Amino acid sequence: MKKVFERPKSMFPVPTHYCPGCGHGIVHRLLAEVIDEFGIRESVVGVAPVGCAVLIYNYINCDMYEAAHGRAPAIATGCKRMHPGLTVFTYQGDGDLASIGTAEIIHAANRGENITVLFLNNAVYGMTGGQMAPTTILGQKTTTSPLGRSPKREGYPIRIAEMLATLEGATYIARVSVHNPKAIIAAKRALKKAFEMQINGLGFSLVEFLSQCPTGWGLSPTEATKWVEERMIPSFPLGEFKAPKSEKQLK
Amino acid sequence: MGEKVLITGNEAIGEAAIRAGCRFFFGYPITPQNKIPEYLSYRLPQVGGCFIQAESEIAAIYMVFGAAGAGARVMTSSSSPGISLKQEGISYIAAAELPCVIVNVMRGGPGLGGILPSQADYFQATKGGGHGGYHMLVLAPSTVQETADLMMDAFDLADKYRNPVMVLADGYIGQMMEPVEFKERPQKVLPIKDWAITGAKNRPRNLIKSLYLDPEELEQHNLKLHRKYLEMAKNEVRVETYLTEDAEIIIAAYGTVARIAKTAIKILRERGIKVGLVRPITVFPFPYETFSKISEKVDNILVVEMSLGQMIEDVRLGVCGKAKVHFYGRTGGMVPTYDEIVEQIEKIVKEGVA
Repeated sequence: MKKVFERPKSMFPVPTHYCPGCGHGIVHRLLAEVIDEFGIRESVVGVAPVGCAVLIYNYINCDMYEAAHGRAPAIATGCKRMHPGLTVFTYQGDGDLASIGTAEIIHAANRGENITVLFLNNAVYGMTGGQMAPTTILGQKTTTSPLGRSPKREGYPIRIAEMLATLEGATYIARVSVHNPKAIIAAKRALKKAFEMQINGLGFSLVEFLSQCPTGWGLSPTEATKWVEERMIPSFPLGEFKAPKSEKQLK
Repeated sequence: MGEKVLITGNEAIGEAAIRAGCRFFFGYPITPQNKIPEYLSYRLPQVGGCFIQAESEIAAIYMVFGAAGAGARVMTSSSSPGISLKQEGISYIAAAELPCVIVNVMRGGPGLGGILPSQADYFQATKGGGHGGYHMLVLAPSTVQETADLMMDAFDLADKYRNPVMVLADGYIGQMMEPVEFKERPQKVLPIKDWAITGAKNRPRNLIKSLYLDPEELEQHNLKLHRKYLEMAKNEVRVETYLTEDAEIIIAAYGTVARIAKTAIKILRERGIKVGLVRPITVFPFPYETFSKISEKVDNILVVEMSLGQMIEDVRLGVCGKAKVHFYGRTGGMVPTYDEIVEQIEKIVKEGVA
């Protein structure tokens, strides 16, 4: 019988620690598939964040760093400048990238660092127990915005993809979602493109993944996917916000 | 013999780093150390190296983390408030056992403080300035020549111990010009960096991290780091003793203050008071043994610092009650003069006689 589905080779054969219905596992798998498809497992380097995905190195089999909260793009910069031939990615959540690490991500993008950033936006701090994130949407209740996020009290959710797309140094910026199979296929396409940019030496690429956090949101896994569709996507529109104008720019 | 050049301490730091094989610098401007990044911003590209002016001291120290983890000889430099910002990263670097060199050209504090020389970061440098309990190896030069020499040693020591090494200078050392000879040095045999991030080709993957969720594992990791600090204390203590043989009173000082103390000692000896100097060159590990021995020979030790008393705590630990430990310090960018030191010693002598 022909095998039509298997575990990506760059993924360790272990169960993850993620909650049922969490999007991290999906994004990890997409990452591993892309690494396999480019055949770069032996030349790819990851930088793990602080947050739920800190243990990503237990699942992806490649050289990895574990960063401090928000600092992954700076570590990736140091590594990439030392080894320009390696493919370097960071994997960061919304608290990590859009709050404590805003300076690092903006300036890595602005320098046009030739790295790829996987940014997982689930509108909440998962690891610490469901506190408000910079990307928490208006009205959303969290353990530190118990009355629901109000612009007057807590300000507005930050749209990272749109913001970084204004920078000349950024080459490829996209927002995707992993709440249903169709969205996941599109997400993988964007991720592959992002890595392609780096492999071709074109500069900074980032893919923002809207992802479900049933535990942090107090919803069932099914309800959570619906919440992404009905509540998150209207706040964080999907699409490519920056891409090379023609395919010719892809060497 | 290399040729002698007249150069500032900050430039000597930059050139010595290049000569020691450092090819990566990440930093952020702050007075009084700006000549270091300025110098390296044109020198590093000349030797195929990489210079980045980071968006902050925090980003700079994590670029150091990334490059050090990738096997590079790498450094950053800053001055007191900037070094405070780097503390998070230094803790992570020490925990992940990454070799790198960090230069602190100290200025007056606390807070924004001032831009004139100070030694008020001694505690921060020697006791583990960030969280969690760790140490850097800390070298404290007192001349521009010694700054150049110690910079070169710093990279070897960092690689030897897989540990961050700090060169603790002050605004005087950084901005003062003195003749310097960059000495040719024999290549040291250092451990192979088989732990570095290079891509997992033909080997199991490497992981650079500091998270140990299992407390038993974290305890073991911390004990391993601790053993390293004990090794440093056994092998790396450096101290200068100056005219201590016949001395009846000892001055303890490091860095810029130590050279001022030498002038004071000359004046005092002309007046018939036998004073000697103990100058720690490594302030971590600290030369406790030297102070322990010398306190058996003298009754009084005067500690002089550009702070209100930090190294004095280590001197007291070394002396362990065997001699009286006095203190004189200036702070906020004020520097003790040799006249002031002479006066302090004469006071001790007079009180001792009376």
